[in-house]
Parts: sequence; structure tokens; C-alpha cells
Amino acid sequence: MITAEGITVAYGRRRVLDGVSLSLARGETVGLRGPSGAGKSTLLRVLALLHRPAAGTVSIDGTAITGTRYTVPAAVRTRIGVLFQSPRAAADPRLSLADIIAEPLRVARRSDISARVADLADTVGLTADLLSRRPHAVSDGQLQRACLARAFAHTPDYLLCDEATTMLDAATQALIATVITDYQQRHNAGVLIVTHDPALMTRWADRTLDLADLPATAR
Amino acid sequence: MAELTLRRSRMPRPAITVATAVLVSAAAAGLLAPVLWPLDQSAVDLAQTRLAPSWAHPAGTDDLGRDVAHRTVYGLRVSLLVGAVAALVATIIGGIVGGIAGTLGGPVDRILMRIVDTVAALPHLLLGIFIVAMLRPGLGAVVLSVGLTHWLSTARIVRSELLSLRTRPFIDAAISGGAGRLRVLTRHLLPHVLPKLALATTLMVPHAVWHETALSFLGLGLPPHLASLGNMINDGQGSLLTGAWWPSLMPGLVIVIVTLALATVVARWRDRLDPRVRAELQL
Repeated sequence: MITAEGITVAYGRRRVLDGVSLSLARGETVGLRGPSGAGKSTLLRVLALLHRPAAGTVSIDGTAITGTRYTVPAAVRTRIGVLFQSPRAAADPRLSLADIIAEPLRVARRSDISARVADLADTVGLTADLLSRRPHAVSDGQLQRACLARAFAHTPDYLLCDEATTMLDAATQALIATVITDYQQRHNAGVLIVTHDPALMTRWADRTLDLADLPATAR
Repeated sequence: MAELTLRRSRMPRPAITVATAVLVSAAAAGLLAPVLWPLDQSAVDLAQTRLAPSWAHPAGTDDLGRDVAHRTVYGLRVSLLVGAVAALVATIIGGIVGGIAGTLGGPVDRILMRIVDTVAALPHLLLGIFIVAMLRPGLGAVVLSVGLTHWLSTARIVRSELLSLRTRPFIDAAISGGAGRLRVLTRHLLPHVLPKLALATTLMVPHAVWHETALSFLGLGLPPHLASLGNMINDGQGSLLTGAWWPSLMPGLVIVIVTLALATVVARWRDRLDPRVRAELQL
């Protein structure tokens, strides 16, 4: 269980999140909605240990996490996979898709990198000829699939998706949703979906939270 | 593909060819001159002062009877050397300052950038003159003077590039994948910053050449007997009053042509490095 309690984040004087709490258990799919600028992405970044809140704590399985970004041990960071809204921005434009997927594996000095990359690419439906291409030579949907494969690299217990299908066509949206659901069922992962799309939300999520309604205590 | 490249690049192709040819011959002349056409820097020939351009002396002679064309080649050699080394010095200083500011951010960034703003507020030629005045005259003083006054733009470029990279989602993705600071720095930040840094260095070379010429023209650069383009233009001033226009013409023309050629080639390279243009070229 990943829990956020009393999260407060301010950019300058503007308070984006004010004492927000939510929890995500393994095996469930939680939808998070709210108007643009309400702080959904910020909350997701806090949960992903990428943004330090002004107040509040994030804990995993009851253990409070101190620090953010580099100061969190890699073994803890890699338990949470993140899928960002724009695959263009989330992929280093210099690297090939294979390198993008292999990046977290290289960090962990895995020995079976090429086999694992092929396996991950297969999971998200990327063909071998696409793997040698760079981001500018593939479509947004193909790139987002590579980003999803990268997020799966360490078999995370939790997957956080930040409007991850908003920029994609309907077919790719459906494919990504299917791949994530499969992964969730196989690994009993907790999935948090941030989206504007009410249809996608009701079809996909076990329960839906509205950011405006989130109370100051975990539910 | 070739047609596309020609149509989409902002610099016409013949200009690039001419500029490259000019640069290659200038570099070759500078490198080979001591072997093919040695010059005794302190030799004078008072029997042949202020001779107009002729077959024997294509660019004439100056008021000490020295061959202007011959000395121009040596002057160019000095200018290019000083320009390149000074640009390198400026890049190293700017890269370090910008790198620290952009990586650490926060108060360190604010303090360093205020220092940059302060130095930028001083007229850089004046500052250069001050630095030369503090040191023993010679090549080293000129290089330092140019290097210490030209690192500001590089520092700003590196800093802003790093600051913008730091907030990009692909850096977040790398961190989320378990990458440490060192890996993010070497694998994601430096590969994006280095091409820009190299470009900044080359863009600075023509500027540094002009700066060296200006210092020598003011009599603050190299010792007067050594051939440098600035020294020669300065020496030529006296001859101008007596009607001899040629001693300053050739060094002046050479400096303009070579720096223009350098700027042209660099502009082309910058076009190619610009990701938007590059994406167009590749599609």
C-alpha cells in the first residue's frame, strides 16, 4: 500500500495541494480526476517521490519515505513506475527506443539486458524494427509504448499514469489500457490513473476519486 | 535528401564552400608558413620602405621595409592561435560556472549569476585592457584577457540549458528508473549540453580574434616587432598619413574575410544542431 497523508504543495504563494490524502493498494486501479490545474499531476509526482511536498508524508507499506528524487534509495524508487503524459518529453531524443527501455536495466547492471528489452518490447507490442529507431522517427503511440516498457523494466509494484493516453488515438489508448490491465493482473500491481476522460475512467478504474473531495485523512 | 538539405538550410551552399575554402587555406598558411616561408620577425630593410604593391611585394612594404603579405600570414597565424586558445579558456571558465549554477540551482545559482551580471555590466574591452595591464605583456596575457572577458555568454548558455533539462520528464523518468546523480549527469545532461558548448566555443573564435586585434591595435597585445594583424593595422596608421594605404589594407582585409568565413561555417553548423531544423533535414 502506498499512502500519501496531508500533502501540501505550493508553487511560490499559490497553494496547489492543501493537506490532501489518498492511498493506493496493490491490485486495485484508482482513477483520479479533477479540473486542469487542480494539482493532479503534482500529487502524482509527490507519490512517485519526484517532488518534495511542503508538508505531508508518503509511505510505502507503512514505512514513511524521507527525501525525494536522488535521496530516495534506488530500490525504493524503482518500486513505483511512472508513465508521463507526453512521450516526446519523457524520452531522451538522443536515444533509440531500445536504449530508452534498457536505461533502468543498465542502471541496475542487469546481465540479461537485451533479452529483457526484447521481452518488454513484446509485452507492449513494439516490433523489433522499431527498437533501433529514435523518438523522432516513431509515432507518439509507439513512443508511449516504449515509455510503458521502460516503466515496467523493474516490475514495479505500483504504476502511476499521468494522463498517459490523452495524446493518443483511440486504438493506442485501448492497447495501452489492455497492456496495463494485463500487467496489473499478473503482478498484482496498484495502478493510479489520472485522466480527464470520464468514459475511460469508469471503464478502467475500480474506484474514482475527485481531487477536490479528497479529505485530509487517508481513505 | 540532398535537395531537401539545400532548400531547407538557411545558408546558401556556395557561401559555405567559399567560407570553408578560405578557412582551410588560412589554417594551412598559418601551419605551414614557418616551414615554407620563414620570417625573421625583427628584420628591417630601410632601403625598401613604403613600396607600393608590386610583383615582388604583392601587398607592398611598410615603413620599415618589411613585406606586408609575408607578415600578414604570420599575423593571421597568431590571431587564429590566440582566438582558438582564448575561446577554449573562455569555454572552460563559462562551462564550469554555468555547470555549477545549473546543477546546484538555488542560492548558489543566484550568487553566480549576479557575478556574471556584474562582469557583463563592465565594458569588456576596458576589462580586457585592465587584465593585460596587470600581467606581463605577451601571448599569455592576451589569451587570458580575452578568455576572462568572454566566458559570460557560455556560462549563461550552459546554465539555462541545464536548468531546462533538469525539469524535463525524461530526467524524472531516469530518476524513477533508479538512476543516480552521476548517471543522469553523464548520460542525459552532458550529451545535451556538450554540442551547445562546442558551438559556443566556435562562435566565440571570431570574436576572440577581433578582441586580440583590438588589443594589439591599442598597443597592448604582442610586442610591437612581432607580426600580428592588430600590430600591423596600428603600424599602418602612420603610413596612411603619408599616402601609403597598403600597409594596413591587407591585414584589415584578412581579418574581415577570415572572421566572416568562420562565422559562416559556424552558422551552418548551428543550423544543423538546431533540433527543429535537424528534424526537418532528416524527414
